[in-house]
Amino acid sequence: MIEFRKEFFANERDDNLNEIGKPTRRQDILGHVTGRSPYFDDHLFEGLLHIRCVRSPHHHARIRRIDVSAAEKMPGVVRVLLGKDVPLNLNTLLSLLDFGLDDEPVLSTTKVAYKGEPVAAIIAESEAQARAAVLAVKVDWEVLPHVLDVEDAVKPGAPVVCDVYPSNKFIYHGKFDHQKLRYGDVEDAFARADHIVEGRYQMSPIEQAPMETCGAIAAPEVNDRFVCFTSTQGLFFSLGTAAKLLTMPSSRLHFVGGTVGGGFGGKVDSMHEPLAILGAMLTGRPCKYAWDREEEMQVGAPRGAERWYIKDGIARDGRILARKFTGYFDSGAYTRLSSYAIIKGVGHLPGPYTIPNVYADVFCVYTNRTPATAMRGFGITGVDFAIEAHMDKGAEMAGLNPIDFRILNSYRDGDMKAHRRLAKNCALVECCQVVAEKGGVVLTQASRAATSLLDGGGERARLPSRTATDQNGIVSGFKGGNYAKKGGGASAPQPVALPIAASAPTPAYPSPASVRPAAPTYQPAATPPPAPQPPAPAADTARHGALRFSSLSGFRRR
Amino acid sequence: MAMHRGRGFASINYPIGMNLGGDPSQALVHSNPDGKFTVALSSIDLGQGMKSVTRQIAAETLGIPVADVYVDTADSDTGPHCMGSFASRGTHRVGNAVIQAAQEARAVMLEAAAEELEVDATDLVTDGRGNIHVKGASSRSITTMAACQAAQFKQGRTVSGRGIFLIPLSEVDPETGEMTPVSCFAHAAMLVEVEVDDETGEVSVLDMQSAYEVGRALNPRLVEQQLVGGAWMGMSHALWETTEPYYPDRSHGPVDFNNYLMPGPGDLAPHHISVLERPAPDGPFGGKGPGEMCANPVLPAVANAVYDAVGVRIDELPITPEKVLRGIRANGGARPKMRLTRTQFTGAR
Repeated sequence: MIEFRKEFFANERDDNLNEIGKPTRRQDILGHVTGRSPYFDDHLFEGLLHIRCVRSPHHHARIRRIDVSAAEKMPGVVRVLLGKDVPLNLNTLLSLLDFGLDDEPVLSTTKVAYKGEPVAAIIAESEAQARAAVLAVKVDWEVLPHVLDVEDAVKPGAPVVCDVYPSNKFIYHGKFDHQKLRYGDVEDAFARADHIVEGRYQMSPIEQAPMETCGAIAAPEVNDRFVCFTSTQGLFFSLGTAAKLLTMPSSRLHFVGGTVGGGFGGKVDSMHEPLAILGAMLTGRPCKYAWDREEEMQVGAPRGAERWYIKDGIARDGRILARKFTGYFDSGAYTRLSSYAIIKGVGHLPGPYTIPNVYADVFCVYTNRTPATAMRGFGITGVDFAIEAHMDKGAEMAGLNPIDFRILNSYRDGDMKAHRRLAKNCALVECCQVVAEKGGVVLTQASRAATSLLDGGGERARLPSRTATDQNGIVSGFKGGNYAKKGGGASAPQPVALPIAASAPTPAYPSPASVRPAAPTYQPAATPPPAPQPPAPAADTARHGALRFSSLSGFRRR
Repeated sequence: MAMHRGRGFASINYPIGMNLGGDPSQALVHSNPDGKFTVALSSIDLGQGMKSVTRQIAAETLGIPVADVYVDTADSDTGPHCMGSFASRGTHRVGNAVIQAAQEARAVMLEAAAEELEVDATDLVTDGRGNIHVKGASSRSITTMAACQAAQFKQGRTVSGRGIFLIPLSEVDPETGEMTPVSCFAHAAMLVEVEVDDETGEVSVLDMQSAYEVGRALNPRLVEQQLVGGAWMGMSHALWETTEPYYPDRSHGPVDFNNYLMPGPGDLAPHHISVLERPAPDGPFGGKGPGEMCANPVLPAVANAVYDAVGVRIDELPITPEKVLRGIRANGGARPKMRLTRTQFTGAR
């Protein structure tokens, strides 16, 4: 069922190490197989309270009034939380990276933009009592028109999903309503191509489906601190998010996690920790906030849907001359992590192939659905489906075996990639050859003789002599050059009225050498990469939470 | 009405780590008086084996048996910062941090041993079994336990080390997308065989033949568990799963595992995996991260196999029997392509 093909790249490895490469038994296996490994939900404190949220039944609605008077009198109800109880009721996850504007409340106060959006939280003695009280909260809704399709959402006149991004598109670099990739000139190459292949692909939204649903248990700790047991995939990420939303020094928070019942990307969003800690702060008692399976599937952020349009120009011999992408990530009602995943996706284009002309416009689109987030292969899985389904069509059009077609176009060591860095450490050709051999697929002599090690570089290492660029999708009103508006405080961040022409002068684009990370020396003599010069602290007193990864603020400089 | 077999192929690469860098992870390593070591992290073990792989990395670097190392993780009071377990970054980023920390601790351990043996520390080597000896003279030796005891009780040294791994953040050009996305890539190729029932539109995956290039396989069993499970997840994405079956319409959304469709044990296909290991120049002992990318080639390979079997292109996931059947009907019946036969290529030309 599994074999290790040690003959490949053997001279690049020392296979005689003491511990590396050994099938050592897992450190935590005894706890797991005996059912004794502690998960967050095993910390059931005496007197534990339970939190359940009141959620929107509408895709899009204004909140006229929330009446909690009946719910507060229900049996077992200890406290009802509303947006006004959250110290800083607005966040975007990647504000910890200075990436994007705060756009999402913990508990919404003025409107909801997806079915399931929380507007109030009940804290009760039992989960059943919390569920009963949720039904007793009366919300006066004014239903608004909604939009669910990404291409409808970007049309003029579409309902505005998220007021922070009025065009329903995330703003990149304070400048464009999409992320661009421009390498060579695809239109010129299409005109020269012998075959044109076009396709439209749709990746579905998918649930991470962990066995353990997302959740956290928080409790007052001694010495005015709070402990939080959590299922998070990023301990300090969640701690930093909680510190920001609760305007609390991170030193007052003690997070414990580390053994998680499946993540697959769905446990990064840090929705539970802030509310559980807030509950513990306001009641003085331990509080648990966790999703049930229905919430996990329909309220918890799924892998977002993606729609991709691809156009290839192919020469008679099967070489792909040009590839053009238009992509729409369905971010749902708020940003979470989709805008960042798009940059990852754009850096990945055009897939593992050396294509001399590549173009992409990729949009992060807001729609009235559950916000999307990370899932295994985030930013890549959807576009890989599109690319590889498209490659199959290209092979057919060119009259080539699908595996020969891949090997012919595969990237090799030393090739220039569309994001303008050289490829190295490639192994696609070899993977294709091994599978063809195993599957009994007869390849051409050229495919059998190909190698990632020798066939690249030279002419293939050159940047295009000319790249067609454009200013399509330029926006005004966002602070030029910044992903994140600085000084974002407790008030809702509004795009600043700043015409593009008045934005700060564009810094000279650094040469590739100055931005490429120094490759650390191969281990065991590994030296650490040089630490980047920390930027001068910004004069920004309104930032919340002690935990800021300020070394990441290079984003702000374009 | 008939069953049609077809084969589909896909090949992919996968970027390891948060793609623009700027995602540090730290590690602390220290010895207790008996020469047993603790690695303190705040990284999360999602079941992928974070604790186990960092334990092996620490043991290898320190030059001691894996049994002498314990990894303690995910307590924010004791573990130093880690960005988190996502983006296939755990092994690569945390592994490098552990190497750096373990190297610093190892250097102190060897200095302590050198003082006890009255030799130069640069002349000492570890045997990986709990002994330190003079290079070429194995009789002049001291146990790692004795060296650590001497360090702490006689010499007053802390046998400890600090590590961090950070790839500095890349900038992104708004006009061209120029960037330095990641430092290393994993690779995969996948050949899937399916059977399609042209009466019901049902697709069964019969067989998967793959090659995965994962950098050095730090623990072959952990690599295997990732590849086996991940490929099944890819198969499930292709043919079963979605939270919104009529996307972009939100109706009929599943709320439990009765309605959220996934393959059962009887649906799983045999998977013949070949692992290739081209060490990543900046990976811990050359390791990359197999966790995410193992699912990716399966989705398009299944779609391409369905086309091969019945001549229907399904470009919207998941590939439901309804979509297949509608496609077959639109074509006026199944149109097998058979482009990846075992003998020779029978392409369009």
